[in-house]
Amino acid sequence: MCTTCGCGHDEMKIEGVSVHAHEHIHADGTRHSHAHDHRGPHGHGDDHDHTHEHPGQEHHGHAQAAAQGVEQARLVRLEQAILAKNDRFAAANRARFAEAGVLALNLVSSPGAGKTSLLVKTIEKMRGRRPLAVIEGDQETRLDAERIRATGAPAIQINTGKGCHLDAHAVGHALDELPLSRGMVLFIENVGNLVCPAAFDLGEAAKVVILSVTEGEDKPFKYPDMFRAAKLMLINKVDLLPFVDFDVAAALSAARRVNPFLETIQISAKTGVGFEAWLSWIEKGAVAVGG
Amino acid sequence: MHEMSLALAVRDLIEEAAEREKFAKVKCVRAEIGALSGVEREAFAFCFDLAMKDSVADGARLEIVATAGGGRCPACGRETPLTMIYDACAHCGAFPVEVTAGKDMRILELEVE
Ligand SMILES: Nc1nc2c(ncn2[C@@H]2O[C@H](COP(=O)(O)OP(=O)(O)OP(=O)(O)O)[C@@H](O)[C@H]2O)c(=O)[nH]1
Ligand SMILES: [Mg+2]
Ligand SMILES: [Zn+2]
Ligand SMILES: [Zn+2]
Repeated sequence: MCTTCGCGHDEMKIEGVSVHAHEHIHADGTRHSHAHDHRGPHGHGDDHDHTHEHPGQEHHGHAQAAAQGVEQARLVRLEQAILAKNDRFAAANRARFAEAGVLALNLVSSPGAGKTSLLVKTIEKMRGRRPLAVIEGDQETRLDAERIRATGAPAIQINTGKGCHLDAHAVGHALDELPLSRGMVLFIENVGNLVCPAAFDLGEAAKVVILSVTEGEDKPFKYPDMFRAAKLMLINKVDLLPFVDFDVAAALSAARRVNPFLETIQISAKTGVGFEAWLSWIEKGAVAVGG
Repeated sequence: MHEMSLALAVRDLIEEAAEREKFAKVKCVRAEIGALSGVEREAFAFCFDLAMKDSVADGARLEIVATAGGGRCPACGRETPLTMIYDACAHCGAFPVEVTAGKDMRILELEVE
């Protein structure tokens, strides 16, 4: 376990390297090693000093030293949110994005809804307009980051091992490897899963939930927390609508029932339908964060 | 597996508290898991036992306080029970209701020695 920031998830890897190993890989794919001093706050700036601060720990409860030498049962009041630590890391990431003027979007969906395909197409269409970067979450493979790098955009892969979601701490470490620049749009592709990522704030400006027409239109009712937490829903693979029974109106009404404020765009990562609306939604967000 | 991450987060918080408050053994952990938190209580209890192995809370008893879901209706201003976050107001039928109870996941207290 990392005693500096307390991360106990040793199986979390960034570009195949344990979050606290001595080897690092950069967003363009180059790799090198350096010593990792675990006594100070860790993180990796341009000079590879460990400069990024993990958020401070709050102190709750009252120490009541038990009478000397006597083992005494007592109560320790904690009243702490179980995800307090994640929330502190998320707040630190959010502050970093705000300071850098970066729009961070957290893309969530069931496995295979088309997150990576959408990103590849989005990068192609946005090329030259704004700096772009991608953090890819996957349990085991690095395939998605390779698909993104093939477009020329920098990408960092986080492997969560058995973990079924990204957490704010791992994203913070990935950020150390990604140079942020003003006006940048950072896409974070979460692990394909509509349950857990709802609870783990990464510090993003918005969650974008992707529902593909090869799924059921009742997904919003089955995963209400995610659809409630999202700001935008992309209904993807609309090129397949003629071949499936997916009822778009029913999906929209389920989504609005769960979240009346949810914005929606129908899109196809294959044909490019709907990208105008999607790109202008992104542009609006990027301008709003001062980029 | 969500529940496993939560159990590991609980372990981290307990280990932090142990250092701060100087205790070596936890006998009981009292936690609040709201009905609208999306957490399966049984799965969480199962993961809890695994996650506490070799920690100061190894073998500790888990007591879960299950808070019921509830909200405030922005249309009629009254309190209403919620079993799902998208339930309509029981009084006037409006939605969405603002969730005010049942979302929390917290460690309340520890019985230590
Ligand atoms: N017809 C059609 N196929 C699509 C579309 N978008 C994605 N696909 C296909 O759907 C499959 C899954 O796409 P991915 O982009 O890998 O999906 P993902 O959400 O990134 O998947 P995971 O990362 O594994 O959760 C691939 O075979 C894509 O070619 C689309 O708009 N139309
Ligand atoms: Mg993918
Ligand atoms: Zn760490
Ligand atoms: Zn009402």
